[in-house]
Amino acid sequence: MTERDRLNPTTPDAGRDPSPTPVGGVAATRGEAVLSVQGLEKHFPITKGVLRRAVGAVRAVDGIDFEVFKGETLGLVGESGCGKSTTGRLLTRLLEPTGGTIVFEGRDISHLRPGQMRPLRRDMQMIFQDPFSSLNPRHTVGTIVGAPFRIQRVKTEHGIKRAVQDLLKLVGLNPEHYNRYPHEFSGGQRQRIGIARTLALRPKLIVADEPVSALDVSIQAQVVNLLDDLQNEFGLTYVFIAHDLSVVRHISDRVAVMYLGKVVEIADRDALYASPRHPYTVALMSAVPVPDPRRRDRAQRERVLLTGDVPSPINPPSGCRFRTRCWKAQDICATEEPPLVPRLDDPASHQTACHFPVVEGEEVAGRRPAGASA
Amino acid sequence: MSEDHSFLDVRDLRIHFRTDDGLVRSVDGLSFRLERGRTLGIVGESGSGKSVTSLGILGLHNKRNAQVSGEIWLEGAELVNSPPEAVRKLRGRKMAMIFQDPLSAMHPYYTVGKQIIEAYRVHNNVSKAVARKHAIDMLGRVGIPQPARRVDDYPHQFSGGMRQRAMIAMALSCDPELLIADEPTTALDVTVQAQILDLMRTLQHEFNSALIIITHDLGVVAELSDEVLVMYGGRCVEFGPATTVFDRPEHPYTWGLLGSMPRLDRGVTDRLLPIAGTPPSMINLPSGCHFHPRCAYEPRTGGLGRTVPPELNRAGGGSHLVRCHLPSDERQRIWSQEVKPKLEAQ
Repeated sequence: MTERDRLNPTTPDAGRDPSPTPVGGVAATRGEAVLSVQGLEKHFPITKGVLRRAVGAVRAVDGIDFEVFKGETLGLVGESGCGKSTTGRLLTRLLEPTGGTIVFEGRDISHLRPGQMRPLRRDMQMIFQDPFSSLNPRHTVGTIVGAPFRIQRVKTEHGIKRAVQDLLKLVGLNPEHYNRYPHEFSGGQRQRIGIARTLALRPKLIVADEPVSALDVSIQAQVVNLLDDLQNEFGLTYVFIAHDLSVVRHISDRVAVMYLGKVVEIADRDALYASPRHPYTVALMSAVPVPDPRRRDRAQRERVLLTGDVPSPINPPSGCRFRTRCWKAQDICATEEPPLVPRLDDPASHQTACHFPVVEGEEVAGRRPAGASA
Repeated sequence: MSEDHSFLDVRDLRIHFRTDDGLVRSVDGLSFRLERGRTLGIVGESGSGKSVTSLGILGLHNKRNAQVSGEIWLEGAELVNSPPEAVRKLRGRKMAMIFQDPLSAMHPYYTVGKQIIEAYRVHNNVSKAVARKHAIDMLGRVGIPQPARRVDDYPHQFSGGMRQRAMIAMALSCDPELLIADEPTTALDVTVQAQILDLMRTLQHEFNSALIIITHDLGVVAELSDEVLVMYGGRCVEFGPATTVFDRPEHPYTWGLLGSMPRLDRGVTDRLLPIAGTPPSMINLPSGCHFHPRCAYEPRTGGLGRTVPPELNRAGGGSHLVRCHLPSDERQRIWSQEVKPKLEAQ
């Protein structure tokens, strides 16, 4: 993935470069890795009794590896309990990993103390999901967006107030609302305030945790376009965490799919959506309702209906975690955890953790037979 | 003529709330009909009035706060002007609701079984034993495994998807003819959503219920609905068969909604096409057409959009209705020549 050009966002043709298939390995055509995660784990202990003995752990993130390259958007997608939000918090070190490493710009930040992390926080920031709880209701917008400058003691050219007003304009808000409080804004506007705050120090990496899920559809589109434009203008790098596969597809260059604390598939965006390999990815994509009534019957026929619920992250299934709901599971799936590697003819950039990856055109069990839909 | 042959007939429904800041016109003249066995999808964003409508049909608004006017005819009985006791008798038995968040809609201190049993015994004169058997039967019908054991579990002991199934079981326990589902899958994961939508479709056919599904998700609407009603600012702005509204929409707001959504069934576009501006304040609604400040085509109405509220008028053909000042043939032209090509652009 070449570094994104600095495009003027008002040019009608401004857009993203399509991600070329890497030649000669991943590192050759991409920019350098801003973030590199290896064997990352976060186990939350469960304690019992007065003495609080650890009797088990919620294995929220249980050994994941990926890299994030400069200027790209890595989409992290999965359902509740898959560990994607926990991963987002680990990346920004709001949580400390219980295993594995996080390397940011060549430096291992896995176990840095808060004092050591603080200067790094100029370079990595987070956008949160809930526009209502992520802004201090007792601070004005000016205080909220200006806080990064004060906390990091960054000198501004014309003063913090001016810098804040410039940021408000940048995200499409009226700079005269500097002295207003969060409750005076709508959900979409509050999310923009959060984005302005995130951008204040021009971070190198932004982790966006479900930034548009709480917004109405028409406002979602405005904020997604804004994030796109800002990325083009400032060469930002995003990790975009979401459960909405359509939004993730629109904004991401590469996508990683998570299930029960593991990454089950990771690929360039187009490759993942065109030929998903992991059965869970296939099920996930087929579950998205298509806004076309004429395709309703066909969509229902082709839908993979997973049975049952997601197993508990306290006691995940042995071997491959998805095997309890997978129509392709065989004995080896219970005994041997499949590694995340390229399968079939896939390029190095497309990795799947499955012993029996799905081939295009393959008959998928779990689909309702034609004519049986209600 | 006060009687109508439709199973559900809503006429000029208005639900206003008096507040310190002014009158909130949440629903401002809504009319539609629905037959048994059919599904109506009501689409709208926050503040459009869709949830207030569903609560209004069930008679769940507090008369002290809400001014409800208009008529709601349910199989020959008019509800708005009926005494609360009469409406309460119908709630649960003839009409029932599935709420968005089962955790807040169900009582946390009572087991799921007890809640279903209570609802069943209010409307049916049976013993507790019979009611319990029925509750277990319903839980099994909605796909909850081991229903005989889970009937004694509390709502918090169920996962999100199972809780929603339990709520559906509760809603269906008295065999209602009208089912209103208010954002039933918004809080659920997409794979669970697929299961629940599948379940609702199956049960609707089995019970031959009239189903109103209220959502902001156009994908869900397309999956389930026979007819679609788009709400904006407390009013219906477009109504028609689902295929028509998705294929040949004629209201600029509907165009905007379709443009705002990234879709898996089309190529990836450069930018989404959002609707300019923000949803209106329900206290200070814009004059004339409520949508006009956000409408790119308002200038083509020669000032009418700003001053005169448009009426619902016939679109393309058949039962397709649109609330817009632009003439239908111009709307069709704009859709096919200007809007649709941009949506499908790659």
